[in-house]
Amino acid sequence: MADQVPLSMTVNGRTRRGMGEPRLTLADFLREQALCTGVHLGCEHGVCGSCTVLMDGEAVRSCLLFAVQAEGADITTVEGLAPDDETLHPVQEAFRDCHGLQCGFCTPGFVVSVAAFLEANPDPSDDEIRHGIAGNLCRCTGYQGIVAATRQAAAVLKGEGQ
Amino acid sequence: MSNTAAAARYVGQSVKRLEDPRLVTGHGRYVDDIVLPGMLHAAFGRSDLARATITRLDTSAAEALEGVHAVFTGADLNSHNDSLRASLHPPESPSPPANMLADGDVRFVGDPYVMVVADSRYIAEDALDLVEVEFEPLDPVVNYETAAESDDLVHPELGSNLAHDLPVPNPAQQEAFEGAAHIITETWHQHRQTNVPMETRGIVASWQPHAGVMEVWASTQSPHEMQLVGARVLGIGEHKIVVHFGDVGGGFGQKMFLGREDMAVLVAAKLLASPVKWIEDRRENLLASNHARIEQMTVTMAVDENGNFLAADLDQLEDDGAYPLGGPATPGAMATMLYPGPYRMGPVSWRARTVYTNTCGRGAYRGPWQMESVAREQMIDRVAREIGMDPLELRRQNVLKPDDLPYQVSTGLFFETTISPEQTLEQAAEMIGYDDFRAEQAKAREEGRYLGLGMALYIEPTSMGMGPLGTESAMLRVEVDGHVNVFMGTGSHGQSLETTIAQLVADELGVRPQDVTLHQGHGSGYGFGTGGSRSAVIAGSAARGAASGVREKVVAIAAHLMEASADDLEVADGVISVKGTPAASMTMAQVAATAYQNSDALPEGMEAGLEHTARYKAPPSTHSNACHICTCELDPGTGKVTLLRYVVSEDCGVLINPMVVDGQIAGGVVQGIGGVLYEHCVYDESGNPLASTFLDYLVPTAAEVPDLECGHVVVPSDTPGGHKGTGEGGAIGAPPAVFNAVADALAPFGVYPNRQPLDPNAVLSLIASASDS
Repeated sequence: MADQVPLSMTVNGRTRRGMGEPRLTLADFLREQALCTGVHLGCEHGVCGSCTVLMDGEAVRSCLLFAVQAEGADITTVEGLAPDDETLHPVQEAFRDCHGLQCGFCTPGFVVSVAAFLEANPDPSDDEIRHGIAGNLCRCTGYQGIVAATRQAAAVLKGEGQ
Repeated sequence: MSNTAAAARYVGQSVKRLEDPRLVTGHGRYVDDIVLPGMLHAAFGRSDLARATITRLDTSAAEALEGVHAVFTGADLNSHNDSLRASLHPPESPSPPANMLADGDVRFVGDPYVMVVADSRYIAEDALDLVEVEFEPLDPVVNYETAAESDDLVHPELGSNLAHDLPVPNPAQQEAFEGAAHIITETWHQHRQTNVPMETRGIVASWQPHAGVMEVWASTQSPHEMQLVGARVLGIGEHKIVVHFGDVGGGFGQKMFLGREDMAVLVAAKLLASPVKWIEDRRENLLASNHARIEQMTVTMAVDENGNFLAADLDQLEDDGAYPLGGPATPGAMATMLYPGPYRMGPVSWRARTVYTNTCGRGAYRGPWQMESVAREQMIDRVAREIGMDPLELRRQNVLKPDDLPYQVSTGLFFETTISPEQTLEQAAEMIGYDDFRAEQAKAREEGRYLGLGMALYIEPTSMGMGPLGTESAMLRVEVDGHVNVFMGTGSHGQSLETTIAQLVADELGVRPQDVTLHQGHGSGYGFGTGGSRSAVIAGSAARGAASGVREKVVAIAAHLMEASADDLEVADGVISVKGTPAASMTMAQVAATAYQNSDALPEGMEAGLEHTARYKAPPSTHSNACHICTCELDPGTGKVTLLRYVVSEDCGVLINPMVVDGQIAGGVVQGIGGVLYEHCVYDESGNPLASTFLDYLVPTAAEVPDLECGHVVVPSDTPGGHKGTGEGGAIGAPPAVFNAVADALAPFGVYPNRQPLDPNAVLSLIASASDS
């Protein structure tokens, strides 16, 4: 076992300090030490996207990063998107409205990915949506509700209402 | 009657899911989110060989690693179980040896032979690297087509690789074949696929010494199966196992039964008297959880000169792998029995065989016997092509029509009058614009473009009411503040039961859905759980029964307190009021408070409290039906298939929540699309699995699937709510529909595909075979 090293980063606006081996993944740090269990591990090899978080504003796969690589970074997980306990982020609201989830396991990764995608491409075509979210896997919905939710969230975020 | 439910207010509405606020914000609680004081972590060492003798196994270095608490081998663990038998598997039926860990030899790549329990998963996996093991390789049995004849035995204890052989000859079939205008035969193959829930399997087990209680958190579809089998494994009473049910990240059949690893964790937790967690990783899930669909059916059909089906002969062979999940399965017997489907098929003879191989065990996967629809619908397209009829016309001619119902099928099935195959066939044909597409297709072919259309029509026996599957219970209690708690034996893992059960209870009892909370797992009455398209009909009917019982009492109490006639009261959205005089009313909370805290004010002789338990026994089967039609374009240069449109017309009876029904269908359809075009658990001839990551096992993404259009035909079933099951159907209809579309697109080449997957390589090979001939 390698020596533990100190870790420090901002997670959803709060400073989180901890200790871990250099091989500790960012996903495990977030789940176990920052208590963000919304970060889900679906494959641990960077394909399914369930563990997607924002690192300094960029969507990253937290299973493919070591926690030490995020030292000092600003991390946003799915838990950090909603403004308060009673209100959902427009992407989260859209997933609920459009039945964009069933079992909910892939959902945190999708929600974060879609939020980042719409930030980069606020007015996507359907084809851009389908390819833009093709880096995340869902086994329940057949993507119908997810595509619809992304469309709705894009409209809401642009201020067009639903 | 005063206590009949008001007209449906919530059933039939796309009520937004009660599950969602926690799930979209990352506040679900899945098994890996459970952390207990002193919890240890398990990891399994697995065979890299398909069949081998273990000649040396030394765990001392692994045991010596700091942070390791125990290293178990088969010799350590296997004696600590009374029985590993799944509840659906008859005790007297032969099965593979009951071992949690391989002992002496390994029988497939992924076979667990050692288990490390350590302070962290990282340390447990480090320790696995220190386990010293040597194998003497043996010739594996990989090809299931020749397994029955092989002298190499997967399970020497059983004396044969043939697990089941069920021949059911029918002299009437042979007579019908004589003199038939057309006798057409083909062998249809499905390939090895797997369920791939996005959350892998997992369990946390915590033993309480002296209390003798095992507390379990599990990713399961069936909390009660976990409890019953866990009790059998540990040799303790069922009441000594407490199964907590949280959020479950999909299953599609994989989590209906306990795996050998689940059982090993239970035993280890007891031996160590420490909580133990095991979370399967994706490689383990792809290699060693369960595979499915590995089968072939040789179909011979007799057809008269006008295209009327006369009879069929079926020969089904399927691969059970080494350790089938849930015990040796015989889906082939169901596949053959169901083959006639929604048609007048005439007499049928059949044989169903199952063999063991040195591969990952077979398990239930969404529509476990859907080979019946795959073989039949692909065969019907073949018949149409052979006799020169349009496939839609051929189906129209042979489909069961309302006048044919009820219908006794020659294989023993009985179809009630509440099925609607002809209606769904016509609705789907209209939705796709059948004639227009055929015209477009003909024009495209002239331009050298290859379009195809495939359809599949099927009847699915849902909500099967026999044996352990037959019943579900609901215990419903209106609490002191008027909120409703329902305790059920279901295991919702994406099916939205927290919402749909709440909708049913809301209508039946007269409250709002958000006033109802569903509790699953510990504290619920026995039920088989969620799978087999059974929860809406069986669990839903139990929930209705419980709500109806409580409603009767609510009305009686309110009538007494309001000095009104029960017949004059109505209950809606948690308010009991006098019809026509809304000002005269009470709330559910007031009635509940009286029932518990002021019981002297209740009607003379009435028992205090506000609760009722109901158990529903389902009929043998509640049949749903659907028709899938899709269109595709095939690129003959690359072999790529692009789906253009996909329509489904289905009849699941009364829809509880249309949004949820459409979601279930879409999910199943995309699994079927993936199965035919992309997904494949490939083994090489030495039994090495080649698809061990999501880079090799290709789950469809949003970029591969078209928009899905759903139409609904609603013929209520005879069960209490008029519902029929709908969870599996999408995955039953999609494979043959997609297959038929590709075969249709390839028709100009004069080739006859008979096996999946139809990936670009397969398509190009088919085209090449045409130019060769």
